[in-house]
Amino acid sequence: MASVSILGPVATGGAEIPYFLPSVPAGFPSPAQDHIEQRISLDELFGLHRPQIYLARVGGDSLQGLGILDGDLVLIDKAAKARRGDVVIACVNGEPLLKIMGGDQHQVILLSANPKYAPRYVLEAEDFQVWGVYVGLCRQGRHCG
Amino acid sequence: MSACAGRGATVADRVFALIDCNAFYCSCERVFRPDLARVPIVVLSNNDGCVVSRTSEAKALGIKMGEPWFQIRKAFEAAGGMAFSSNYALYGDMSERVMTVIEGLVPALEVYSIDEAFAELTGVLGDLDALGREIRAQVLACTGIPTGVGIGPSKTLAKLANYAAKRWQKQTGGVVDIRDPERRAKLLAATPVGEVWGVGRRLTARLGELNIKTAADLAAADAWTLRKQFSVVLEKTARELRGIPCLELDGEAPPKQEICCSRMFGKRLHELPPIREAVATYAARASEKLRAQGSVCKRVRVSIRTGMFNPDEPKFARGVMCELPYPSDDTRLITHAALAGLEQIYRPGFAFSKAEVLLLDLCQRGEYTDDLFAPTQPEASRQVMAVLDAVNAKWGRGTLRPGVVPPAPGWGMKREMMSRSYTTDVDALWSVGG
Repeated sequence: MASVSILGPVATGGAEIPYFLPSVPAGFPSPAQDHIEQRISLDELFGLHRPQIYLARVGGDSLQGLGILDGDLVLIDKAAKARRGDVVIACVNGEPLLKIMGGDQHQVILLSANPKYAPRYVLEAEDFQVWGVYVGLCRQGRHCG
Repeated sequence: MSACAGRGATVADRVFALIDCNAFYCSCERVFRPDLARVPIVVLSNNDGCVVSRTSEAKALGIKMGEPWFQIRKAFEAAGGMAFSSNYALYGDMSERVMTVIEGLVPALEVYSIDEAFAELTGVLGDLDALGREIRAQVLACTGIPTGVGIGPSKTLAKLANYAAKRWQKQTGGVVDIRDPERRAKLLAATPVGEVWGVGRRLTARLGELNIKTAADLAAADAWTLRKQFSVVLEKTARELRGIPCLELDGEAPPKQEICCSRMFGKRLHELPPIREAVATYAARASEKLRAQGSVCKRVRVSIRTGMFNPDEPKFARGVMCELPYPSDDTRLITHAALAGLEQIYRPGFAFSKAEVLLLDLCQRGEYTDDLFAPTQPEASRQVMAVLDAVNAKWGRGTLRPGVVPPAPGWGMKREMMSRSYTTDVDALWSVGG
């Protein structure tokens, strides 16, 4: 049987932890010291510094089959060309919706990833444009921020 | 005779472009409101006073630049128009995005204002008209903001080409290149002199007296006469119109010589305490700007005034100059001086509408020579201000502030029609139905 020893609570907050945490034996320089370059930046990772990237807040559960939940922050690339199958912000008659773009060259169908919602056919007379393409997801957990 | 004087042997012809956003503030409001794509929109100045930006649809309704909101409100809203208070957090962020896109496409860029930039295209090979179209397309794709591009052999001509691109948007597709002398001559002859960059309304009237009515007239005017009768600036403008570049691309803007923070109150103020709050707030803001450009100031001018247009109200306007004991950038010292000045000029019994704090006698820190016996700003002061700025940079403006500055003032600006700061505040992000 595996045994567990309880060491006590893990300290939270306070010191920032660098990417490489060198241990420093007395009298011997840490070989990692020269390799500390930078901390990981979520901005960089998500490409938030690029001018075409925007954040939006999801309201609703129609994409929960894709793991995109109500209240999530989504990253949108406004300049990306949308392809069928992409998740996009589609504006139908001016209303922005986060949906999967389906259909063919004759017919746009906005699909959900939740059996509760039927496909939405975009009619010829309706005003339709793709605002941007979904490229990433941020979700805050408990106690975050 | 030297052998190298042939065509094409000269220095590369200079080429400048001006990229300008169409109805920038209104366009920003539309980015996150696709439902407003064809709705007439105006954006109002501070305090929702008058129109500072309008879409072509609003223009078609007869709305003019600078028109007071209260005069047009009824008719504009009845016609289906929509007004917004100035949302500078949004406009600033969108401007940065626009400039970042352009920067990636041109060799050198000078951001001239929040919605326009000069680029130098000298030496760029290939079709510049196509490059102009690429810039427009990329800015539109990345930000949703429509732009116009003017190209010419000087900054003044690039600006004029941009004017043409905007004026004849449909025919030009928003890009006009006037490097070709024939096209340029045609445009110069068709453009009133008042549309030339740097020629204001007053100059237009004076030039009219000399029978200089079009841009072509100004280009043809004698340079020496222009310099003698007007200024060397206008002489340069005339040369630029002839295709001789006199203005270079400016990198960083030079530090300002004066810093001003002045605003209308959201409502009339009669008592001293709320006016003290306002003056302290403006002094703190002006001090921040002062430190941001690395300057110190020696004098502070504070002034207050009543509304000037209501004929039934007694009018009052007064200002006073306050000397600081030494050149300083310390919010506490500057605020103290401004408040002392306010005590001197305040008179009860008036309905005050505006206060102004002006920092004068600016010089760069370390630039002035200390009088050996004169007191100077203590080092501790610099350290305290550095902490204040660092805290406010991290946790938001106004996190640390002088006690007299209230967090949410009762006299604050009227901004009743403000949109959300879609891109700069995580609690105000755009929400999309999922």
